[in-house]
Amino acid sequence: MNEAGYNYRVVRGFAFSALFWLVIGLVVGLWIAFEMFNPALNLTPWLSFGRLRVVHTNGMGLGFSLAAIFATSYYMLQRLTRTALAFPRLAQAHLYLFNTVIALGALSLFAGMNTTKEYAELEWPIDIGVVIFWVMFAVNVFGTLIRRKEKQMYISLWYIIAMTVAIAILYIVNNLEIPINLFKSYSVYAGANDANVEWWYGHNIVGFIFTVPMLAMFYYFLPKATGLPIYSHRLSIISFWALNFAYLWTGAHHLMLTPLPEWIQTVAMGFSIFLIAPSWGSVVNGYYTLQGNWDQMRSNYLVKFFIAGITFYGLQTIQGPLQGLRTINAFFHYTDWVIGHVHMGTMGWVTMVVAASFYYMIPHITNTELYSIKLANIQFWLTLFGQVMWTTAMWIAGIQQGAMWKATNPDGSLMYNFLDTVASLYPYYKLRFAAGLIFFIGVLIFVWNLVMTVRKQPRQAEA
Amino acid sequence: MGITSKPVVFAVLSAAVILIGTTATVFIPLFMPSTQPVSAYIKPYTAIEQEGRDIYMREGCNNCHTQTVRPLRTEVLRYGEYSKPEEFAYDRPFLWGSRRTGPDLNRVGGKYPDSWHYTHLMSPQGMFEKSNMPPFAWLAKNKLDTSYSYNKTSTLGFGYSESDVRQQISQYKATVTDDAYPSKESRDKVTPPELRKELTEMDALIAYLQKLGRDVKNMEAKK
Repeated sequence: MNEAGYNYRVVRGFAFSALFWLVIGLVVGLWIAFEMFNPALNLTPWLSFGRLRVVHTNGMGLGFSLAAIFATSYYMLQRLTRTALAFPRLAQAHLYLFNTVIALGALSLFAGMNTTKEYAELEWPIDIGVVIFWVMFAVNVFGTLIRRKEKQMYISLWYIIAMTVAIAILYIVNNLEIPINLFKSYSVYAGANDANVEWWYGHNIVGFIFTVPMLAMFYYFLPKATGLPIYSHRLSIISFWALNFAYLWTGAHHLMLTPLPEWIQTVAMGFSIFLIAPSWGSVVNGYYTLQGNWDQMRSNYLVKFFIAGITFYGLQTIQGPLQGLRTINAFFHYTDWVIGHVHMGTMGWVTMVVAASFYYMIPHITNTELYSIKLANIQFWLTLFGQVMWTTAMWIAGIQQGAMWKATNPDGSLMYNFLDTVASLYPYYKLRFAAGLIFFIGVLIFVWNLVMTVRKQPRQAEA
Repeated sequence: MGITSKPVVFAVLSAAVILIGTTATVFIPLFMPSTQPVSAYIKPYTAIEQEGRDIYMREGCNNCHTQTVRPLRTEVLRYGEYSKPEEFAYDRPFLWGSRRTGPDLNRVGGKYPDSWHYTHLMSPQGMFEKSNMPPFAWLAKNKLDTSYSYNKTSTLGFGYSESDVRQQISQYKATVTDDAYPSKESRDKVTPPELRKELTEMDALIAYLQKLGRDVKNMEAKK
């Protein structure tokens, strides 16, 4: 396989699983984006918006992102410990089980098996499958770490450890439910408590899928791709612990002005503002790593992806805490502004970092060169343009609807009925669909480029 | 740095750091009275209403409709009295939502007659040309499955006996299938002939929608 006996087969399996779920998730995303301005696409019960939206969020969050995380984690784990995977057959079983669970999960959501807790919609039998594959992953992570040949664990490994531990806690606590039958269960928590547990989970699952492991990739693949060491080790230590400590207090900023006790909301607000510091610790670390070598933005196609990605991460982590402030939240919450916010993180930060990591990693594990750097550059501009257009459309839509909800006549009565505010958004929804299409074309080029790279195998580096 | 060469210690320390905020803001509140207040005015859902709630969940209505009115002037003006913690005592899971593609529904109960809901669910665009809500006419073509109703209400701790549940079901069935039912015309329009004497999923969903906020109105009226 390769000189050190590393297991790259499972890395490759997860990488292409990620690409598969990415395409599926985006097709569903485009479908629901169209439904938002033309309900005619709600053709059947399983194509109606309420069911499809969860297929999109779970497909992207658990399907695409987790697969990308597993692929890169197994790769980084072996490289950074200079040790082959402790249990290669378990990793292979992990790959098969993961794809089976995600496929069954998607089908069950199409069928309406939906617990309604956001990003935890999967019913209990699927939840058990998720927990099992997570344990399989954790066994390999710790098994390999214990056997490692490299004494010091690099920053990326810290983030992988934190993610492994945190997601296990989050997923199990939030998904505790009492089954009625194989297809239906009820949460063990009620009312305000259920909301509090859910948004503790909802906020942190996003943090520990879209932030923590993405930072692991960033800290590993940026120095690899540029040949430059991370600017400050001390800054990365402070950022790591501060991020892990503060993140968990902030879930209730999703529940501002709801019946949840006010002190929980206020504590969440305070810690949300604090989170700017560790988030920007990583942003600054990224920028300063390139100090004196900014010419690589031109000469090294991968650097663009990392720098654009970390820039959107920086913007995201300022926008998020500000949205958590009670007065600002009162205006923006429940509007499309928040949809724009989420997608800057996923389409801007996550997609950029995963793309760059895959562009570096896939040729490495297959002993070949990337099929086309030109196509990678085209992909960069398409996804960047698609994302900026997408999110900007949603931010404007959010401001507009928020303002219309609050508008009153001189006599104090409401100026707009609800439907007026919805109908006024259709131009933005059409714009969003077009932007999504541009982004999707970029992603198809990304997938095509990697498929062609692998097909060049074996060992035709000069070709 | 010592701990960066000790993976297990590192993992335990990470877990501890993660659990501090979790314990303070999530685990401890689970046992505080302020997160689970009760009120004698707030009644559990009937078996039919709970079935309707399950259909609301199955169809993902919560993706577009919130169920929490914030204490803001224009919001109270638009929807009604702001939401109180005690009204969610029987909600497992909670359905507060996160995006208002459609309006909040926490106070929708009693706002419109049943007939309005039959007509609207059948074709939202028939009622509001510019609406983007998916049509749900097919819910009236599905007979309501009540085989788990008792199991559900007892799991949720609503305190009904098996015969209570049977009675609730037959009573609601008698109401909506009665020739004197005020919304008969609109119900018959969406319900196929063979199901007009049965309970459909749409009947249950409407029963649930009519329950939303009803108890709070009584609570506020008697204050």
